[in-house]
Amino acid sequence: MLSTSDLRKGTKLMIDGEPHVIAQFDFTKPGKGQALYKCKLRNMITGALFDRTYRSGESFEPAALHEGDMQYLYQDDSGYVFMDQKSYEQTILSAEALGEQKYFLVDNMGVKILMFGERGIGITLPNFVNLRVTKSDPWVKGDTAAGHTKPATVESGYTLQVPSFVEEGSLIQIDTRTGDYVTRVKE
Amino acid sequence: MHGNWALMRKRPRLEQRARIVQMIRAFFVARGYLEVETPHRLPGNAPEAHIDAVASDDWFLQTSPELCMKRLLAAGYEKLFQICRCWREGDRGKRHLPEFTMLEWYAADCDYRRLMDECEILLRALVPQESFTYQGEIIDLSDPFERLTVAEAFAQHASLGLSEALETDRFEELLTQEVEPHLGRGRPSFLIEYPSELAALARLHPERPQVAERFELYIAGIELANAFSELTDPEEQRLRFTADEAERRAAGKLPYPVPEKFLAELAAMPEAAGIALGLDRLVMLLTDATTIDEVVTFSPELL
Repeated sequence: MLSTSDLRKGTKLMIDGEPHVIAQFDFTKPGKGQALYKCKLRNMITGALFDRTYRSGESFEPAALHEGDMQYLYQDDSGYVFMDQKSYEQTILSAEALGEQKYFLVDNMGVKILMFGERGIGITLPNFVNLRVTKSDPWVKGDTAAGHTKPATVESGYTLQVPSFVEEGSLIQIDTRTGDYVTRVKE
Repeated sequence: MHGNWALMRKRPRLEQRARIVQMIRAFFVARGYLEVETPHRLPGNAPEAHIDAVASDDWFLQTSPELCMKRLLAAGYEKLFQICRCWREGDRGKRHLPEFTMLEWYAADCDYRRLMDECEILLRALVPQESFTYQGEIIDLSDPFERLTVAEAFAQHASLGLSEALETDRFEELLTQEVEPHLGRGRPSFLIEYPSELAALARLHPERPQVAERFELYIAGIELANAFSELTDPEEQRLRFTADEAERRAAGKLPYPVPEKFLAELAAMPEAAGIALGLDRLVMLLTDATTIDEVVTFSPELL
């Protein structure tokens, strides 16, 4: 069983027999009062979102999911297609099921697919992915102060904040868990 | 190879933070307050049902310097301030770190109303232009801050009145979800006069003993400080500690020893008021940061 201290963005819980993931999480604690754990939960099968607030002392059943090692093949009209590396069986995930993670998929990337019974309902990506910057404003002369950022778009269409020294064409590493820039990759 | 980007990008806010801390020190020194340091590691903290300490061997890290500050008050130090680290087990969120920085100040011959006045003067000293913008909202400091009792705030903003909220054990839920978002909008708010059962170390109002002389300061929906006129009656304080410690132990928490030295010296403490202000949150507000992580060097996840 899980306790409130296990609750965070990404924790997967079983509620009424269906797996749910915490899409947004906020810890609040008024003055000297009891801690409250505000969660926005997504039903991993239907995609439905709803709010729920828990208090310290409550316990939770972890979601009954298993993971399979798969490879990302391609995207077509049916969705994002993955192949089990042992059985060669294919599983298709929708863009909705992937959310922002779809921006971090690279052809032939190894991922873990979350299965609820026979059904693929989500993926776990490698923690870091390298993607090329396709669009970013040029470096402004004089803007050398450490800590300055500017927006950049990478090849998958994802936009994020990067340091001012990152140029168009640079290969950068992104943390897939937070979506944040990590470092520039030497080629 | 570049340095750690997560640390590099914090530089503008860390520079502002250092300036704010310097201004706070200058403010209190100019007003005759003595800066002190008290031990971070204690035999026990003041028992509170919902604040958990981090154990350190058979002692604990402080959750607040409150007991030591009051023992100094009782020893005749009339105006004191401290900027120190406090630890609270399990507190982690957008506005919570398990290790954070507290600004506490205490003054003899003071009460919660005069302390509210001093909060207003402090904020205006930190923001000489008397207004700042937080997440697109202009916070005006030039007029007196709003002063709203807890009962008034529930009547205005919550779906239940205060007494019903307390009876149905929904006080905290309604406070955080329905009341707090409306506080400190456009100008800071003092939420004042908490129900007496929610005041472990505060003095009860002399004419209305159902409320305590306690307030919390809010800006832009963010709780910034907790303060009260101090309870100076050792017998009453012992009874409250006993009840809160029993609740802690019933919840399976490591026992605190009874703070006998504090209770013995409390009889010598003058009428006083004290306040604990979350320094990281103050910096968040003044630097327009959305999370507490942005205003500290290392959050636990970066270590």
